[in-house]
Amino acid sequence: MRELKTDILVIGGGPAGLSAAAAAARAGAEVTIAESDLHLGGQLVKQSHKFFGSKEEYAGIRGFEIAKILKDEIAQYGSRVSTMLNTTVSGYYGDEGVVTAMTGEEEYLRIAPKRIVITSGAQERLIPFPNNDIPGVYGAGAVQTLMNVYGVVPGKRVLMIGAGNIGLIVSYQLMQAGVEVVAILEAMPKIGGYWVHAAKVRRLGVPILLRHSIKRALGGDLVTGAEILELDDNFSQVGETETVECDTICLAVGLTPTNELLWQVGCKMKYVPFLCGHVPFRDKEMRTSNEKIWMAGDVSGIEEASAAMIEGRLAGLGAAKSLGLNIEPGGFEKYWSRLNSLRAGEVGEKIRVGVSAVVVDGWADVQ
Amino acid sequence: MDLINSHPVLEFSHGERVSFSFDGRSMDGFEGAPIAMALHANGLRIYRRTPKMRRARGFFCAIGKCSSCFMVVDGVPNVRTCVTPLKRGMNVETQEGHGSIKLTPDEAV
Amino acid sequence: MKASATFESGVLTDERPGAVKPPRDLWEKHKGGLVLVECPQRIPCNPCNTSCPTGAIVPFEDINNVPTINYEKCTGCAMCVAKCPGLACFVVDLTWGEEIALLKLPYEMLPLPQKGSTVKCLGRTGEIVCEGKVENILEPLKDRTKVVHVAIPSDKVGDVRAIEVA
Repeated sequence: MRELKTDILVIGGGPAGLSAAAAAARAGAEVTIAESDLHLGGQLVKQSHKFFGSKEEYAGIRGFEIAKILKDEIAQYGSRVSTMLNTTVSGYYGDEGVVTAMTGEEEYLRIAPKRIVITSGAQERLIPFPNNDIPGVYGAGAVQTLMNVYGVVPGKRVLMIGAGNIGLIVSYQLMQAGVEVVAILEAMPKIGGYWVHAAKVRRLGVPILLRHSIKRALGGDLVTGAEILELDDNFSQVGETETVECDTICLAVGLTPTNELLWQVGCKMKYVPFLCGHVPFRDKEMRTSNEKIWMAGDVSGIEEASAAMIEGRLAGLGAAKSLGLNIEPGGFEKYWSRLNSLRAGEVGEKIRVGVSAVVVDGWADVQ
Repeated sequence: MDLINSHPVLEFSHGERVSFSFDGRSMDGFEGAPIAMALHANGLRIYRRTPKMRRARGFFCAIGKCSSCFMVVDGVPNVRTCVTPLKRGMNVETQEGHGSIKLTPDEAV
Repeated sequence: MKASATFESGVLTDERPGAVKPPRDLWEKHKGGLVLVECPQRIPCNPCNTSCPTGAIVPFEDINNVPTINYEKCTGCAMCVAKCPGLACFVVDLTWGEEIALLKLPYEMLPLPQKGSTVKCLGRTGEIVCEGKVENILEPLKDRTKVVHVAIPSDKVGDVRAIEVA
């Protein structure tokens, strides 16, 4: 069995992981990135739209271009950063300090890192409705992968479930790929995503049906349509059920942190609804209750990629600092001030409240 | 193949076009891209059948987490086709139920 | 299916902070046009300001603020139209012709319009408002976001926010 040693193992090569790797390598650490997908960049590579935020977080630049910028940044550290693609970390043996991983479907390997940064990201949520298991019901991220990474047409007529940022953005991207979006359903009385993202698809004629949800997917082996219904304030059906013809039902009903590794390690966790699931307690340097493990990005709570990149820098600095390396002076303060500024407004309120429930100054009182 | 031929923002760089077999039929895909993407581009949607109800399963999460796209690839069952790169001449089969492992004579109990 | 054309579903229904019209007297005589930003929600974003070469889009004290515009400084250059990630900036030149205005809007779809061709002009819910003549197609930032200049009846400048190219 192959065995590797590294200063810092970064688990997940998305925006948070690449940023953590860059910050740690800059401080002089040897970094290994384990990425389960076939390429680095995480969800950034699927994003054809321009990002929000400030210049420091690449606002106004398309997501897949940001992935290139981050990859170029780690490339400048040469062999100090090595990458393993198609490699899924499967477990951490704390007493031995060994991480087990699997490359492809066959090769198992062991990695002995001095420090670990977990940036495993998020996975999509599902909602229950009859026939939600048949082919043609796809996760929104999966649709993005299919069409924006691999250039495959995902369907002809798509019904989008959810008007958060992902539902709105993927609807726009479907139209760019030449796919018809029949409608976007949103169970709440207002859209959850940015208003401007909704305006983009509205002006191209895509209806957004507020207080609407899917009742069932229609079809035997494959989706042929959907029954939709209108909801009242108690989320009970009002009026008649309507039938929509479509060959694809795209679920954009939220994400939840991919936190299995943190559970397995035994990191102290808390269920925080505003962060969309169980997330680890962390100190100001993004260290978890395990003194060898840091984390950043969506696994710390679902937020925008801009925040994930800043958190990644913090975690990379934290891990490098604990190895006794010289990190950029004032780094923590700089990145915290950027994070705080991104989170300062109304849309950041839930994040602020959520994060305040899990950021700790010390571990003595954490249950 | 059902590919996006023109896009206002993105350019696609596909790998080498290679042949593979799906349930005995020859079809084309791009080497290095996941098997599931090649099947989808060929209009195929059903990748396996569930063990009890024989419900259709196919593409779903595209990140190797949900198990919906498990197939038999070169005789190996339960391969995550959404994250397994296509290779020339691969033998891809619809998976029935849990799939079965073919033992070599040495392994047979 | 009846889609509600409410503000809560992404349709601007009235003027509000972050979505204001330029002062009428300045607007009517300003060659090159003036910007209209339709960004009425406080979100963390400021590329309209950082891309503005004249400082007309006032620097953000808090990045979550909605944009405010100093119309004395706006030249109608449409750099913000090209840069805005929300595609929320539009430039309207009321001096273009007799009863004809020039609208500069962002476009990221296919097919591309032809210069001189006639296109359908869509309102905020995708309804057809009028026809327009494509006067120019630019790509100021060379980043695939086109800025299309389309001539439309002056009385439709408050309604047209997209084009549909056949």
